[in-house]
Amino acid sequence: MIYLELPKDLKLVVNQAHQVAKHIFRPISRKYDRAEHDYPKELDMLAALMDGLNAGGGKKGAGIDTLQRDEASEEGVRNGGNMITCLGMTELCWGDVGLALSIPRQGLGNAAIAAVANPEQKKRFAGVWAAMAITEPGAGSDSANIRTTARLDGDEWVLNGEKIYVTAGSRAGAIVVWATLDRNLGRAAIKSFVVPQGTPGLEVVRLDKKMGIRASDTASITLTDCRIPKENLLGTPDIEAKQGFSGVMQTFDNTRPVVAAMGVGVARAALEHTRDLLGREGIKVRYRGPLLSKRAVEAELIRMEAEWEAGRLLMLKAAWMADNGIPNSTEASMSKAKAARVANEVTLRCVELCGSLGYSEDELLEKWARDSKIIDIFEGTQQIQLLIIARRLLGKRSSELR
Amino acid sequence: MANQKFMDEVMGGGLRVLNLIADSPLVERLGLEEHTQKLVYEGAKRAAETAVKAAKRLSSKRSPDHRSKPMKFDLNLSEEQQLMRDTLRRFADDVMQPAAREADDRSSPDADFLETFGDLGAIAMAVPESMGGAAEQVSAVSQMLVAEDLARGDMGLAYAALSPLSFVNAIVHWGDAQQRTSLLPVFLDGDATVASVAVLEPQPLFDPNALRTTAKKRGSDYLLSGEKSMVALADQAKWFLVAAEIPKTGPRFFLVESDTPGVEVIEEPAMGLRSARLGRLKLDKVHVARESVLGGEAALKAEGQVSYDDGVNRARIAWGAMALGTSQALLDYAIPYCNDRIAFGEPISHRQAVAFMIADIGIELESMRMLVYRAAGRIDAGLKCEREAYLARTLCSTKAMQIGTNGVQLLGGAGFIKDHPVEIWYRQLRSIGVMDGNLLL
Repeated sequence: MIYLELPKDLKLVVNQAHQVAKHIFRPISRKYDRAEHDYPKELDMLAALMDGLNAGGGKKGAGIDTLQRDEASEEGVRNGGNMITCLGMTELCWGDVGLALSIPRQGLGNAAIAAVANPEQKKRFAGVWAAMAITEPGAGSDSANIRTTARLDGDEWVLNGEKIYVTAGSRAGAIVVWATLDRNLGRAAIKSFVVPQGTPGLEVVRLDKKMGIRASDTASITLTDCRIPKENLLGTPDIEAKQGFSGVMQTFDNTRPVVAAMGVGVARAALEHTRDLLGREGIKVRYRGPLLSKRAVEAELIRMEAEWEAGRLLMLKAAWMADNGIPNSTEASMSKAKAARVANEVTLRCVELCGSLGYSEDELLEKWARDSKIIDIFEGTQQIQLLIIARRLLGKRSSELR
Repeated sequence: MANQKFMDEVMGGGLRVLNLIADSPLVERLGLEEHTQKLVYEGAKRAAETAVKAAKRLSSKRSPDHRSKPMKFDLNLSEEQQLMRDTLRRFADDVMQPAAREADDRSSPDADFLETFGDLGAIAMAVPESMGGAAEQVSAVSQMLVAEDLARGDMGLAYAALSPLSFVNAIVHWGDAQQRTSLLPVFLDGDATVASVAVLEPQPLFDPNALRTTAKKRGSDYLLSGEKSMVALADQAKWFLVAAEIPKTGPRFFLVESDTPGVEVIEEPAMGLRSARLGRLKLDKVHVARESVLGGEAALKAEGQVSYDDGVNRARIAWGAMALGTSQALLDYAIPYCNDRIAFGEPISHRQAVAFMIADIGIELESMRMLVYRAAGRIDAGLKCEREAYLARTLCSTKAMQIGTNGVQLLGGAGFIKDHPVEIWYRQLRSIGVMDGNLLL
């Protein structure tokens, strides 16, 4: 039955996350925007709080490590871990995207572990905060082209290479590193490895200074004859012609709706605050009368709200599909592409609508407009999403539609 | 929402304190971080447990009817809807699409089109069993799906098919007992009686809540004056549902028989939707009885305004659904075309400039679909949908046309000539931003 509202029991979880965003993130949002690279120690408390909420909240877990495509259910429709995580992330990013990315144990590496680790690994890495290292100086969107290598030596993998743009790379307890077993074998030879922080040969060489999400640390790391146990390879070491790369890519189907959620959250923050500021100038939004007869500013607010709703509902659809065991690659990419481009457009426009007030550091609007840009870039740029969607719709292989 | 307030208070207050503690150098210096974190963990766990219990208590108090159907976010169709969808898609592909070009040229559907459509039982499915129809429960979602699927075949023909259905819907939703018993059987008897809805007026910036057509009182009756445009099947309709402003009361729907003196119908050919036999309705002091106000006496009070506004919302969702169907047809047509069309030695779909346009059509079509479905779903759930219907219309007005123009662009010159149906879709999709009325879920 077509019903696109949130169920009552999820509203509770949403509210919890909203309280965190409102009372923990917002008050320190500007502080860590200015103090880039300072560790937001408030977040240790938050991690404890989230663990507590999850432990007390019954069987419905939330968080990045609950992301996975569930089996189809006989019992009827499910609103589960994927949707809850997206909704939670929306609220947290309404508070602050950078801080949301810095919550201990909620790294993208945790999503990778949840998606491809075997039961023994899941157990061993439980409670570890895992970052994700894919991008290299010479390989961004073309992640099949990475140069970091992994060589088996006895019972250990030996990793060599350089990784950049590792979100939470200095704070996380471990880094999930993408490396190739044999550069000549292409994407099938790419595997992911869990490298614990402190492993000899792993070095954080640099923290990037960024335009936005400055509360989140973005690290460059080097791997120099870095040795990790054989059992730290996630998934299978076999180089199967087809399945290998898609194994690691599978993670993205689960994480893209969550990145869409980041856009949904920050855009809502900007829209709400802009409406509030404009409301003080006597501008109200009424869903009545022709759009084109309205004052430009009111029409613009409504138009942006419609676009924002589209991003939000596409996110919910992709998450709903994952919760109900329906393959969702196309929809995950659609949600990410739409929500991210809308988030960037909306946050930028809100600055403009509020004039110098929006542009000044008195308000968070200018910060949100800086933060939103990365959402249309990481976890696959807008253009990569369009490629994925186009290939699916047109029935093309990546060798045909490049 | 007692538990919600509870959570706000417990969590909000606690969290503010938490921030202070976390920031306190004292905690750090005394090595109390771990201890404090444990306290926070336990506190949060208790708060969450209490909230879950509170939620369970609240939900168990709900009526048994509610408990049997816990409302979850859901995109599944009901079995009945899926069945209807399969039937209508076949009808759209096998009957409507092949007939679309000729009907557009002729500015009219085939003579037997409405009867063929009538045989599918859509009208019976729109009328509840209690009123002599076949529907266990009337559903805005079901009707929206009908509009979407028909518009996949052809939007103009869909408009024609949906017009009598819209008239029937209005009577089912808001008609009084007398109107239901006298009119519904006429449409249920299978003779494909033609009726149409007339809300739109020929003026720029048309607003369904600021009608120029008036219903002035004369004794206890009304005189209708004004012009209605883009009325489907205008010269064939036996009945019109006319929207008119009653001074000092507001806009209301009137049931008007086409042979009432003062009613004149003239052809109104337009850019698209031509196959719906478009006409303009001229009303010159048309004398209608007081009983022809839809909903009767009750409708002359404030609740009549609620019904009218509801009608405006239902029209917006219906046209949104039309945008979905035609945009889907366009995407389904453009994909094989771009895969087959060779330029520079390979299919044009191998170029990102082309492929990205396809991806964008896919994204925006799904965006529109989500907003339209949500608005319709809210009606079935008994929720207000003014905002959602307005946002759906706002999005569809722009995106549908964007899809239409990009569809022609993808085919290039071939899209501009009448060998392909894309130019019809282009002309039809322009209507989405224009049509604010004349249909009703």
